[in-house]
Amino acid sequence: MDSPPHAPSPDKQRSLVAALRGFLPGDAVLFREEETRPYECDGLTLFRQLPMVVALPETEDQIRRILQLCHEHKVPVIPRGAGTGLSGSALPHPDGLLLSLAKLNRILSIDPRAQTATVQPGVRNLAISEAAARHRLYYAPDPSSQIACTIGGNVAENSGGVHCLKYGLTIHNVLRVRGLTIEGEAVEFGGLAPDAPGLDLLALVIGSEGMLAVVTEVTVRLVPVAQTARCIMASFADIGEAGDAVAALIADGIIPAGLEMLDQAATRLVEPFANAGYDLDAAAVLLCESDGTPEEVAEEIERMSAVLLAARATRIQVSNSEAERLRFWAGRKNAFPAAGRASPAYYCMDGTIPRRRLGEVLKAIQALEPKYGLRCPNVFHAGDGNLHPLILFDDADPDSVARAEAFGAEILELCVQMGGTVTGEHGVGVEKLDQMCSQFDRPTLDAFLGVKSAFDPAGLLNPGKVVPTLHRCAEYGRIRVHGGNLRFPELPRF
Amino acid sequence: MDQALSQLCETVRAASEARTPLLIRASGTKDFYGNESSGALLDPRSVTGIVDYEPTELVITARAGTPLAELEQLLAENGQLLAFEPPHFGANATVGGCIAAGLAGPRRVSFGPTYGGVRDFVLGAKLVDGRGQLLSFGGTVMKNVAGYDVSRLLAGSMGILGVIAEVSIKVLPRPMSHRTLCFEMTETAAVYKLNEWAGRPLPLSASMWHDGALYLRLAGASAAVRAAHHHLGGEELDNYQADAFWASIREHKHPFFEGDAPLWRIAVPSTAATLSLVEPQLIEWNGALRWLRTRQSAEQVRECAKQAGGHATLFRNGDRSVGAFTPLTAPVAAIHRRLKAQFDPANIFNRGRLYPDL
Ligand SMILES: Cc1cc2nc3c(=O)[nH]c(=O)nc-3n(C[C@H](O)[C@H](O)[C@H](O)COP(=O)(O)OP(=O)(O)OC[C@H]3O[C@@H](n4cnc5c(N)ncnc54)[C@H](O)[C@@H]3O)c2cc1C
Ligand SMILES: Cc1cc2nc3c(=O)[nH]c(=O)nc-3n(C[C@H](O)[C@H](O)[C@H](O)COP(=O)(O)OP(=O)(O)OC[C@H]3O[C@@H](n4cnc5c(N)ncnc54)[C@H](O)[C@@H]3O)c2cc1C
Repeated sequence: MDSPPHAPSPDKQRSLVAALRGFLPGDAVLFREEETRPYECDGLTLFRQLPMVVALPETEDQIRRILQLCHEHKVPVIPRGAGTGLSGSALPHPDGLLLSLAKLNRILSIDPRAQTATVQPGVRNLAISEAAARHRLYYAPDPSSQIACTIGGNVAENSGGVHCLKYGLTIHNVLRVRGLTIEGEAVEFGGLAPDAPGLDLLALVIGSEGMLAVVTEVTVRLVPVAQTARCIMASFADIGEAGDAVAALIADGIIPAGLEMLDQAATRLVEPFANAGYDLDAAAVLLCESDGTPEEVAEEIERMSAVLLAARATRIQVSNSEAERLRFWAGRKNAFPAAGRASPAYYCMDGTIPRRRLGEVLKAIQALEPKYGLRCPNVFHAGDGNLHPLILFDDADPDSVARAEAFGAEILELCVQMGGTVTGEHGVGVEKLDQMCSQFDRPTLDAFLGVKSAFDPAGLLNPGKVVPTLHRCAEYGRIRVHGGNLRFPELPRF
Repeated sequence: MDQALSQLCETVRAASEARTPLLIRASGTKDFYGNESSGALLDPRSVTGIVDYEPTELVITARAGTPLAELEQLLAENGQLLAFEPPHFGANATVGGCIAAGLAGPRRVSFGPTYGGVRDFVLGAKLVDGRGQLLSFGGTVMKNVAGYDVSRLLAGSMGILGVIAEVSIKVLPRPMSHRTLCFEMTETAAVYKLNEWAGRPLPLSASMWHDGALYLRLAGASAAVRAAHHHLGGEELDNYQADAFWASIREHKHPFFEGDAPLWRIAVPSTAATLSLVEPQLIEWNGALRWLRTRQSAEQVRECAKQAGGHATLFRNGDRSVGAFTPLTAPVAAIHRRLKAQFDPANIFNRGRLYPDL
């Protein structure tokens, strides 16, 4: 969905570019359409907007000067890492400056004794683990986008991954963030020593989608690489039973290193590309991993297998080599690319629900497919109850786009009704502003606005994301009451 | 909203209109922690009870006035626990006080899923703000990035942002097995070893060094615990003795905590060298937490903590007029003041409890 055409005033643009060039090299300031076009959207391509200017600083001092300049001239600033975000939280502002942190990509230090790494915000997630590997350490949160996404983006989204069930999300693995306020003042949140004095502002900044501060340095906790890992691939004849098996594992006191589910539509989608050996007759396949010492893994695999069989798994296969383990995961890891090849476009949802509702919600999603005339395979973080329905649609067909959006909105509403949340790890961005009105009441949304203004009184840092205005919620409520179904013919306002 | 809760909101609303300062106090036993505050007493203990507990969801939701002991008892009956192992410091500790104080126990620095402090396990919270409104943040699911993470912010907030009415906390299965080992070791050797062990996939779940002895708790799958014990050596304590020992550390019943000398809580990077102040010490969290008994001035203690890359809290005894907590930098202090004003515009809650101007 394109936002309304809006051209920035040429005068404003010219004077901002001139001021930026006063301290940035020429190639670090982009403003011609062909140069700014690559920044018009993030991983959620349904929303596009050209920024007035793109700046590509290389040092914290340059960022500070950019922020001071923008603050002085009331120019909105939209931070951006690799642009892989899936909720439009890095969507540019038509009168704003897009601040790319991609050039700040140095690993500043790795301290193997303290098991920490201090890195610049543009460092890619996987690059940290690669650099730490020689110390037999790694950075645990592993989003599927880890070859591309940056640690700054991970901090902004509180990103998760397959290992998060056991090793935690970004918030559990980041010790310290250095940043700049919109006024350009340096701030430190958290620290290398535990329990930094004062309120835990680090908890607010992680997951704040670039709205509270620009992250310029991050210290992460590294964890020791497990000696060994093995994976169980279990088939189920019924999706509800697969959901119950997830609950049964947890009830037995097991926290697997990874616990992911693919429904039948998903296994059939990925198998031709990944040759993972999935049981295509199963209604659902669970991937359940154990890591640790060889003794520990042997003990845990035995317990897991027993629980899965008792939970009516129809077939169980345990990886017997590292190659086999990686093959089991190949399908899971390639689900997004496979969806991209099977359909002109796909729309990835991100609701989280209580685990005990998994079967029920997956069946409800299946039942919605005919209503919208679209297919929706599911491949997701079952252990955390974090769903990723992939709505397959045709982005060249406006009607298909509208149906995909309405389908997505209904899934999110369903997650809220089930006691869950509209986003587990991809963020609200501009995409889920409407559903925020369903999940939170007005006083709570106003408290979020209060938090925003405590960090950014001028409201210039990534404005309009995450928290819907009173007006927007009123409008959404009106459409839901009078429109009957969830279609939004008008363009979103932000 | 039930009556106890609406009554609480009403009390706060009235205080806000009259600009009457309130002192939130549950069992009221921890008046010595943090800075002194004053105001009309607000007892949140009427808002009590477990709201929801489904063991397979690994989450428990409880009203703030629920006794911590009651909550932990219920978890134990279901083979689960609070992974941050909070100190009770007495029989009447409440869930709200535990979250507001944000203090974690020995398990704070451990391996794998159990790693983390109080905030790492908070999933959601209901808060009565300074306008007397009931706000609801986060939720009960494991992953949730809808809106800013205000529920985690409440951990350690010392009641300055509002009255915590309800919290949802992530819980974990009780480890299958645990063992406590004892080693004779100097402080330097202990801190060195602890950091080295933490860099290996060992099931460490607590550590304590004092007076030439290092105690290490292993917890996890029995095969892992057995293998680690074999690898590390050390003298094993029997389990009954071990439980009592870790409880004495957590609850400050160990002889080190006796007497009236000021007790300082020095938090440092775990690899920090020996502190420059030579005073009796008890070290936890793989070296990251160093309890110090000293009558040296606050400036000297804070300088010593700073040199070690950390910060110092006057935890108990001594003259609190020096400020219990390490002062903030100017831009961070400004954010604190604006946050406080947003949540508590009439400035009624626990004035000065965290910092004099909040
Ligand atoms: C194929 C694919 C798979 C994915 N899999 C996962 C997954 O498994 N788990 C998961 O959690 N996510 C996943 N994502 C989503 C995405 O990769 C993450 O949200 C990631 O953290 C975004 O990082 P980025 O560097 O691309 O950030 P961007 O998209 O550039 O920005 C995201 C947000 O971060 C802000 N930001 C970026 N850098 C900074 C900074 N330095 N300071 C302040 N704010 C900043 C931006 O303003 C924006 O709000 C996936 C995406 C794709 C395309
Ligand atoms: C070193 C030490 C020793 C202690 N010794 C004892 C002891 O001997 N006996 C004993 O019974 N307790 C003792 N305590 C205190 C206490 O029992 C525990 O720490 C417990 O976790 C706090 O529970 P409480 O409900 O008593 O908290 P309180 O002391 O009542 O409150 C602690 C803080 O949290 C705030 N607070 C409490 N409830 C809420 C709420 N619902 N919303 C917002 N803010 C709230 C208070 O305003 C205060 O700032 C001790 C504490 C410490 C640190």
